[in-house]
Amino acid sequence: MEPFKSLRAVALPIAQPNLDTDQILPARFLHKPRAENFGEYLFRDLRFRRDGSDNPDFILNKPGYRAARIVLAEENFGCGSSREHAVWALYDYGIRAVIAPSMGDIFVSNAAKNGLLTIVLPAPAVAGMIQAALAEPGLQITVDLEAQSVTMPVPGAASAATLGSVTQFNFEIDAYRQRCLLSGLDELGYTLTLLDSIETFERGYR
Amino acid sequence: MSPETSHQAHTLFEKIWRRHAIQVREDGQTLLYVDSHFLQDGSAPAFELLRQRGLEPRVPHRSFATPDHYVPTDTRDLASIADPEKRAMAEALRRDSAAAGIRFFGLDDPRQGIVHVVAPEQGLSQPGMLIVCGDSHTSTHGALGALAFGIGTTEVAHVLATQTLWQRKPRTLRVLLEGKLHEGVSAKDIILAIIAKIGAAGATGHVIEYAGPALATLSMEARLTICNMTIEAGGRAGMMAPDATTFAYLKGRPFAPQGEEWNRAVERWRGLSSDPDATFDKEVSLNVSEIAPMVTWGNSPEDAVAVTARVPDPATASSAERRDAMLRALRYMGLEPGMALTDLKIDRAFIGSCTNGRLEDLESAVAVVRGRKVATGVEAWVVPGSGPVKREAEARGLDRVFKEAGFQWREAGCSLCLGTNGDLVAPGQRCASSTNRNFVGRQGPGSRTHLMSPAMVAAAAVSGRLADVRRLLEGR
Ligand code: SF4
Repeated sequence: MEPFKSLRAVALPIAQPNLDTDQILPARFLHKPRAENFGEYLFRDLRFRRDGSDNPDFILNKPGYRAARIVLAEENFGCGSSREHAVWALYDYGIRAVIAPSMGDIFVSNAAKNGLLTIVLPAPAVAGMIQAALAEPGLQITVDLEAQSVTMPVPGAASAATLGSVTQFNFEIDAYRQRCLLSGLDELGYTLTLLDSIETFERGYR
Repeated sequence: MSPETSHQAHTLFEKIWRRHAIQVREDGQTLLYVDSHFLQDGSAPAFELLRQRGLEPRVPHRSFATPDHYVPTDTRDLASIADPEKRAMAEALRRDSAAAGIRFFGLDDPRQGIVHVVAPEQGLSQPGMLIVCGDSHTSTHGALGALAFGIGTTEVAHVLATQTLWQRKPRTLRVLLEGKLHEGVSAKDIILAIIAKIGAAGATGHVIEYAGPALATLSMEARLTICNMTIEAGGRAGMMAPDATTFAYLKGRPFAPQGEEWNRAVERWRGLSSDPDATFDKEVSLNVSEIAPMVTWGNSPEDAVAVTARVPDPATASSAERRDAMLRALRYMGLEPGMALTDLKIDRAFIGSCTNGRLEDLESAVAVVRGRKVATGVEAWVVPGSGPVKREAEARGLDRVFKEAGFQWREAGCSLCLGTNGDLVAPGQRCASSTNRNFVGRQGPGSRTHLMSPAMVAAAAVSGRLADVRRLLEGR
């Protein structure tokens, strides 16, 4: 897993609630091996028309957004199927952070295991960022994991601290998950160091 | 009161959680011991992860595997899967299970089927267990009084390698079910009504415990349907305290405890209910006597309304975001505001899935179909949830009723629920479906899914359009 420290990148505003993992990565690509570049299948049926041509109405195909590495989404992003492939598709495309008012629990858990940072912020804050990123294609925002902050170069909701011409929001993250992301640490490796405790538990079990 | 003298009240969820907790990490996540791990044919990447690290499944007898997502439903021959990559998925599960010594019900095994139908049916899912599976509908097994939830590929590999999983303790939500269900209304309508009420993210971060007098009257199969779709409300897991219905269902099943062991198990299981003074983070109640047969009109399971309703008007939406979402759904679904739902002609009808592919589901559909014919222009399928469901249905003659009416009677698998095996709804086709997700493209690119109970699918199939099943049951 690649470490994540901070990132300044183009934001992709996806203004639709309940964007499920079937839409992030359609089921017909689930049998592909992990070695595949799932970025090609990201939002496949939203990005492309049935004849394979680009759907000009989808945000990723509009000028200024293709280089996006941060997704701004509405309520319940990543709901539905547990497919980790949805996270792989975002990651392989180059997305490193998703910011939304709420996200599917399994999606959040899968993201944490693949170096994709998920940030939950209040709905008005995210709505303000989505509006700004829609109004200015290519708008860059900064995510700083150590400082636990998201910074956007325009004034936003009144609740945010307005620092000159930037708007900053702070977010919460587990100390452990933050450390995993910062150092690229892997959870299975850590659990394997606890096998003694697991065996002790097993002996006393049932 | 000091902690020593006070009686600490626990919910059903907390009781199971505590029993499986090995240790707590600095960030508050708990390492949990997994009793049972179910595998299906999407698990190949997890085994691959293990191989890359030179690891092997640590406690193979606690895993159990059956292929369901990629299996054909017109034959039992894996070789008939034309796409070699898809065939490889189903074959990989057989190979990986055999290599690890994991119990495997393959296509040639009469017990094969959708993992969430097979495990309860075989008695593999039991009260008090902690159960995981790399599939979001693992919430199903909570109907037996287990804590059961879906996990991702990396977590499947973690469970295989360690038999444990790190989890942050979720919050709890109790849904109280009161009143009495009317004729023609089923468990599917209850869960659709709950999701419509609390929203598709209404239970995110929570485990739902269902309780209340209406629950006590529901059969085990009905309870499985409700827990199954808990994930559609965002719930981490759905659970129900085991009772006489649960014990009667489990008794004698192949993997259930037998003899003296059975008596001891039931004694233990009786303690698995929330203490009367236990508190929940949230409570919701629903009077099931107020529920009519439900159908969905949009692309989220929360878009569920009574079949007697009309397609909602985005102009009445509560916010601009909601209006845009509704407009998008209406466009995709080919609907106009104000249309009567019962005016919607269908092209396909599908009875099956881990939500509604059990025997009672098929029987409820047969009660509607008997003596009727599938409407001209409708392609109607029944895909039993497992081999045993199929054989029992045949023993009861249900297959004949379906076939005489013009339904296709197929082999067990996930099939049209998500189409990974190649069973697809064509672009633009409207499908009345007893499944769990009406997402954009769920049953195939461009497919238009309306979720409803299996009896309602049967009513739609014989009517050629969405129909109120209560009218078709009158005088029967
Ligand atoms: S029947 Fe549908 S929802 Fe259930 S496991 Fe299969 S694909 Fe998933």
